[in-house]
Amino acid sequence: MKRVGIAAAIIVALAIGSAVSMSLQIASAKGLRHTGPAAVAPGVPDPAKRDGFRAPGASTAEIKIDNFTFTPASLTVPVDTQVTWINRDDIPHTVVSDDKAIKSKALDTDDKFTFTFNKTGTYTYFCSLHPKMKGTVVVQ
Amino acid sequence: MSDPTKVKDEILHDHNHDGIDRRGFLKCMAWAGTGALCVMHGGVLKSYSLSSLAVIGDKEAKGDLSFVQISDSHLGFNKPANPDVAGTLKAAVDKINALPTPPEFMLHTGDISHLSKAEEFDAVEQILKSAKPKDVFYVPGEHDVLNDEGAQFRQRFAKGSLGAGWQSFDKKGVHFIGLVNVMNLKSGGMGSLGKEQLEWLENDVGRLSKSTPIVVFAHIPLWSVYPEWGWGTEDSAQALGYLKKFGSVTVLNGHIHQTMQKVEGNITFHTAASTAFPQPKPGAAPAPGPMKVPDDQLRGLLGVTDVKHVQGQHALAVVDSSLA
Repeated sequence: MKRVGIAAAIIVALAIGSAVSMSLQIASAKGLRHTGPAAVAPGVPDPAKRDGFRAPGASTAEIKIDNFTFTPASLTVPVDTQVTWINRDDIPHTVVSDDKAIKSKALDTDDKFTFTFNKTGTYTYFCSLHPKMKGTVVVQ
Repeated sequence: MSDPTKVKDEILHDHNHDGIDRRGFLKCMAWAGTGALCVMHGGVLKSYSLSSLAVIGDKEAKGDLSFVQISDSHLGFNKPANPDVAGTLKAAVDKINALPTPPEFMLHTGDISHLSKAEEFDAVEQILKSAKPKDVFYVPGEHDVLNDEGAQFRQRFAKGSLGAGWQSFDKKGVHFIGLVNVMNLKSGGMGSLGKEQLEWLENDVGRLSKSTPIVVFAHIPLWSVYPEWGWGTEDSAQALGYLKKFGSVTVLNGHIHQTMQKVEGNITFHTAASTAFPQPKPGAAPAPGPMKVPDDQLRGLLGVTDVKHVQGQHALAVVDSSLA
């Protein structure tokens, strides 16, 4: 069930990245349906979270940390997206880019870390406490 | 809580190096609140589960040198897997204080705290003050070096240590080496000692005679327990290479919150149980997080050991024991 949610989130992210046909193929091949809370598209502006201070067109996205896993593991967002990581584990984690340019403090349970990606590129990151945990943010 | 007098003479493991063919992967589970008593007998280290201490003979428990290893106290953790980690650390201290012959000192193999907070470190120090052994030697776990690269850990627990907190000292002819393998971890990797520490280690042991018994202690296992979960140290082979010339090498680790043993040539590896909460066996769960067991089991399993060791003439048998 959880895996379906993760896959759905990735598919939506891919769709935003204009890979619509590919994502549809994946979806049909695996018989996935966009159900559950994880199907809310990361990278898509959430009208409920908008406020008067954000520049028009700016968007937000969320990455969950659960069971020692970043979800979605790969997130594609438009430039200027504000990405928030939230730790849902009983164990602290960190978000550190491979080049160390992005570095959160240790995130305890339910702690959040937010970073706004102002430049296009592919950002790979990991948890410096549990370095097997890896993720990618693609900024287009 | 189980009655320790009902426990048969449980010895977690006992390693000689004279023809014992007991290599391979021996693993078992242990539970919160336990620790291990380590006794050196003529350069060979034996360790006993704390639950068995009431039935270990005085002579056997005394040895040439005895010390205790505790690990992963995680003070500050308050989730369902154990909402009272202070209580279980106190229970471990009570076990230590019940030893017929008080150990001379303690080793803490890291994750003293859960979040590197001053009050968490304070609480551990306060609880350990009630232990009969007054000297405690620490190495940090990854939870002890959060946000400050371990500065607070070193200031409190590793004064006089080198680098990230590594150190060595001698006790009654036994050479102890505390290593730090929780710093500067690389994406996708495991525990790491780093070049500088490895150079120090090579020099540190270079001056010792081959007959010197060696005890190495570090947080993350120095052998590949389960790389998929990062339960190993990337450059441990180089470190262990410097120790090959010695007749007796014992490696004590924590991090995985369960006891495991392995014998490889002259080196015996041990991991200690946590005093805070159990973690799953390698691969037995999607992730290595805290494992919730029924409340009555967490405390009820205190001191229950899971490996029996029956001593023969030359060969030793390690037998899995039930947790019943």
